[in-house]
Amino acid sequence: MKTTHRLKTLGFVLGAFLLATGLPAAAVEQGSPAPEFDVAGQTTNVKLNAYQGKLVYLDFWASWCGPCKKSFPWMNDMQKRYGAQGLQVVAVNLDAKKTDALEFLSIVPVGFTIGFDPAGAVARSYGVKGMPSSVLIAPDGRVIAMHEGFNDADRAELENRIRGNLKLVRQ
Amino acid sequence: MQTLRKIFLLGLLASSMFSLAGCSLIQPVQPWEKGNLAKPEMTIQGNDPLGAKFAEHIYYSREASTGGSGVGGGGCGCN
Repeated sequence: MKTTHRLKTLGFVLGAFLLATGLPAAAVEQGSPAPEFDVAGQTTNVKLNAYQGKLVYLDFWASWCGPCKKSFPWMNDMQKRYGAQGLQVVAVNLDAKKTDALEFLSIVPVGFTIGFDPAGAVARSYGVKGMPSSVLIAPDGRVIAMHEGFNDADRAELENRIRGNLKLVRQ
Repeated sequence: MQTLRKIFLLGLLASSMFSLAGCSLIQPVQPWEKGNLAKPEMTIQGNDPLGAKFAEHIYYSREASTGGSGVGGGGCGCN
């Protein structure tokens, strides 16, 4: 009798161990508020709530990621074309070494906001599952959509989504 | 005899629990941490795309099949 009790206790402890160690990473959902962040930028800190009232295209990238590099000219284009209508592109770099990111930025021209998150804390809070990942955030801070990867076929879809949501920005 | 067996089983369970808990310290590599895996020298053929193409060509003509050799990138989900 005593042994079964002990076995039960052991089972509970084992279960607790597995639960405590296998916690899933947090992920954002459509319609839920986008997690706030405050990271170093190129000149001043980059905060999400500073862009309240704007349609924010939040991108997660790294210097070693090919499709990320491909998305830069496109993001430049989006910022140039829709910036006046209230779009703000914010690209958070996830390189472990900031020097890698700076080297990339010295080669690739950038016409939008860059943030640096070498520890990956922001990526963790958004539950980034692939590189690059992007999140479209409404002027009120809600998540409109998340997107993983970047290829030629994605361009039109992502642009349509941006264009369709620009009306949320109060003129 | 029976008590001895019980003690042995309990010990076995306890030791397996602690060894399993040890495994949980290994955290899965996050997509943004795969910079080193994405390097070209991390592929099977190494940093020699031309040589790899050549070897692949020979292989395919011999085996009368295509595809199935290697993947692009380090599993970052971006290629």
